[in-house]
Amino acid sequence: MTSQDNMSEEHLPEATHGHGGGPVVSKDGYFADPGLPPHEHRRTDIDEKAARRAERQVATWFLLSMLATVGFIASYVIFKPGPTHHVYIWPVGDVSPLNFALGVTLGISLFAIGAGAVHWARTLMSDEEHIAERHPIESSPEVREQVFADFRQGAKESGFGRRKLIRNTMIGAMAMVPLSAVVLFRDLGPLPEKKLDTTGWKAGMLLKNMNTGEPIKASDVQVGSLTFAMPQDLSEDDEDFQVRIAKDALMLVRLQPGDIKDKNSAAWGYEGVLAFSKICTHVGCPISLYEQQTHHVLCPCHQSTFDLSDGARVIFGPAGHPLPQLQIGVDSTGNLEALNGFTVPVGPGFWERSE
Amino acid sequence: MSTHAYDDSHEEQIGHSEAGVEQKHLGEKTADWADGRLGIYSLAKANLRKIFPDHWSFMLGEICLYSFIIIILTGVYLTLFFQPSMGEVIYHGSYTPLQGIKMSEAYESALNISFDVRGGLLIRQIHHWAAIVFVAAMLVHMMRVFFTGAFRKPREINWLFGFLLLFLGMFDGFMGYSLPDDLLSGTGIRFMEGAILSVPLVGTYLQMFLYGGQFPGNDIIPRFFTIHVLLIPGIMLGLLVAHLILVFYHKHTQFAGPGRTEKNVVGMPLMPVYMAKAGGFFFLVFGVIAFVSAIASVNPIWAYGPYRPDQVSTDAQPDWYMGFSEGLIRIMPGWEIRAWGHTLELGVFIPLVVFGLMFVVIAIYPFLEGWITGDKREHHILDRPRNAPVRTGLGVAWIAEYLILLVGGGNDLFATHLHMSIDAITWTCRILFFVGPVVAFMVTKRWCMGLQRKDKDKILHGRETGTIKRLPHGEFIEVHAQLPQEELFRLTAHEQQAPAQLPPAVDENGVKRKVGAVAKLRAKLSAGYFGPQSQIAKPTAEEHAEITAGHGHH
Repeated sequence: MTSQDNMSEEHLPEATHGHGGGPVVSKDGYFADPGLPPHEHRRTDIDEKAARRAERQVATWFLLSMLATVGFIASYVIFKPGPTHHVYIWPVGDVSPLNFALGVTLGISLFAIGAGAVHWARTLMSDEEHIAERHPIESSPEVREQVFADFRQGAKESGFGRRKLIRNTMIGAMAMVPLSAVVLFRDLGPLPEKKLDTTGWKAGMLLKNMNTGEPIKASDVQVGSLTFAMPQDLSEDDEDFQVRIAKDALMLVRLQPGDIKDKNSAAWGYEGVLAFSKICTHVGCPISLYEQQTHHVLCPCHQSTFDLSDGARVIFGPAGHPLPQLQIGVDSTGNLEALNGFTVPVGPGFWERSE
Repeated sequence: MSTHAYDDSHEEQIGHSEAGVEQKHLGEKTADWADGRLGIYSLAKANLRKIFPDHWSFMLGEICLYSFIIIILTGVYLTLFFQPSMGEVIYHGSYTPLQGIKMSEAYESALNISFDVRGGLLIRQIHHWAAIVFVAAMLVHMMRVFFTGAFRKPREINWLFGFLLLFLGMFDGFMGYSLPDDLLSGTGIRFMEGAILSVPLVGTYLQMFLYGGQFPGNDIIPRFFTIHVLLIPGIMLGLLVAHLILVFYHKHTQFAGPGRTEKNVVGMPLMPVYMAKAGGFFFLVFGVIAFVSAIASVNPIWAYGPYRPDQVSTDAQPDWYMGFSEGLIRIMPGWEIRAWGHTLELGVFIPLVVFGLMFVVIAIYPFLEGWITGDKREHHILDRPRNAPVRTGLGVAWIAEYLILLVGGGNDLFATHLHMSIDAITWTCRILFFVGPVVAFMVTKRWCMGLQRKDKDKILHGRETGTIKRLPHGEFIEVHAQLPQEELFRLTAHEQQAPAQLPPAVDENGVKRKVGAVAKLRAKLSAGYFGPQSQIAKPTAEEHAEITAGHGHH
């Protein structure tokens, strides 16, 4: 007998039986706890045949698991990896036979162990309920007193409270020592300085088509088209390509000059060709959905919508300010070029950003 | 109350020891060896036959534990093949559409795991699916604990451990799916950059230090890798062990029922029943996740292509558990304050703060409720959600807010799939953000009250039997049957606290007593929790006797 099996007074019904077959009443006037109901036997508890059947069922699950593991190893050897191997399996669709076979066999080999174990527990292991006592988590008052006395004695023997000089210098030292760790993190990255304020665009820099890598003739930009561009001096093979394109990416549209509502914006374009930063001013996603007839561009990440005919004003969504515009013109050969760098920082807003 | 099985094993042990030390069983010898060095017998004595109560909802926590183990196992395998580097390479692997394309080593190695390592794709998918299940299971497990009041004393600290596991689990998931450096995950990292930049005063510094320079730089993937595979899982493993130790130490909570009291725990022993059931359940969870990974593709990185800051795929969505933060950021209007040469990016920073607040309220709730109720006792009997209408209402309000934000986070998908205006969906979410939780709270609370009335009715008038009886004067009535004692006890086992009373306005000397605003607030909240609008007085045996006696007269 373990302690859990002892039945204490508390588990017995609290009050005497009521009269006339009515419910038993507890001391506080509600219904009394009738105590744990008697254990009901399962079929497998009393019928040895049923128990043996359950045993066979459990063993079948475990056997199935073994077979599935053999299947897993076989699949690993038989099927080839790679995207060129695929097979149609209804209703899953086109799958990699290797992934499918490995996953299914692994799934079965694991699931069958679980199913066997749970079936074993539910049919053959005792399902009799036991009662275990709980003990208060709180310590007894004696223990509490003892601990406090021990602590006081320890504190007294250390002289921590009395020798203030030691205490104060120690606290000071402990407070300062983590500073070394803080200092060590300084070289995680450079200071921001003015890095976010500028881009790679400078006056006189040609606009290069993102797809062809060629300079863009103003006459080639059609009304209603959307073209992506980057600075002439930037190449995909550059070491810092990712960092630069994260700020320099540009989109070009051509509107009928009469459609441009914002006159300053029109003046910064060339015959209706306008160049805006492609980087959303919300959190920096590249904007790429253009609605040709309304001249709206939509950021696919959080749906900020800008009206390119009105200085890229925000007309919907969570962005806080318009897309910066790049002032452009053409060089002697008719190629589009920047007449100036961006005059405001591109991309998401930040504390030091001034406008 | 010992079982036959127990007696048998007991006799067996005696038999062995009588046979002499020489013939000790090998297992016994090993155990003795370990006990001589570790003293394991006292630990085993307390735990081998430890009693656990049975309820289907108690296995939700097990799903969390098992999916975490699966994540660790598969994660270690993935580190053997993954290169957490942003160094650029030209792809020459077996996936032809990306042949000759420039990409990071991280993306290339993730492709190789998917296509060239046999079983690599399966392990990657199990890892990802297990992470999805892990966070989902933690949320549902937390709901179980919340709605049954299992977080009350002495389990508040364990609630905090669980809360931290949820919080860290979500972030580790985010970092995990950011590592392959594909176009979708890179967009998530870009979003994070924008969010960090919005922090007033220190945003740009934090961004530079985290990314090692301007976005994207070369450091973020290797840094995320260390945090994802070492730092966070290490902390989580510690929290998880502490969480489990406390579950054992406190002993499991149980629902009210015959024989179940605050001072006992009724159920079946760890060995053998729960070893088999819980141990088996690990294999069931693992098996199901492996099967899902065989048939359902998750995060097909090869379809997205390598990350480039100037490219994006449409309907870019985070994994589901980050969806509510996506909703926050999408439904927020683009507020921005520009003054004195500075920009305060409220459109991003406010969602960031609200995101934090939604977690803070989870963490502090047990302490808040403890303060309002002033209850200092231990609770081991679980509440039925209907018997704590305010708590249940608050929980449902939180879930409602979460779901509204989830819809907001997928506003583009709802717009395209249901042919609705994205503006209308966003505006609806903006309004519902404020109205939804309030309505959810009120509806839930009333619903709970209705259920309490139903319980009371059932106790006093018995259960409907479905038997229709015709009385001599022609009236039809349905015969009600008295509930058995077990049911009567179970339905009235919960205690009903009276609202906290403010001390009388004048003290015993007739001097006007000063009652602080805090005490007044607390009394008001307590009245909200325990006043007549939140609990229906449970019927006493006397009421029951009167009504049943009354029935007899008819």
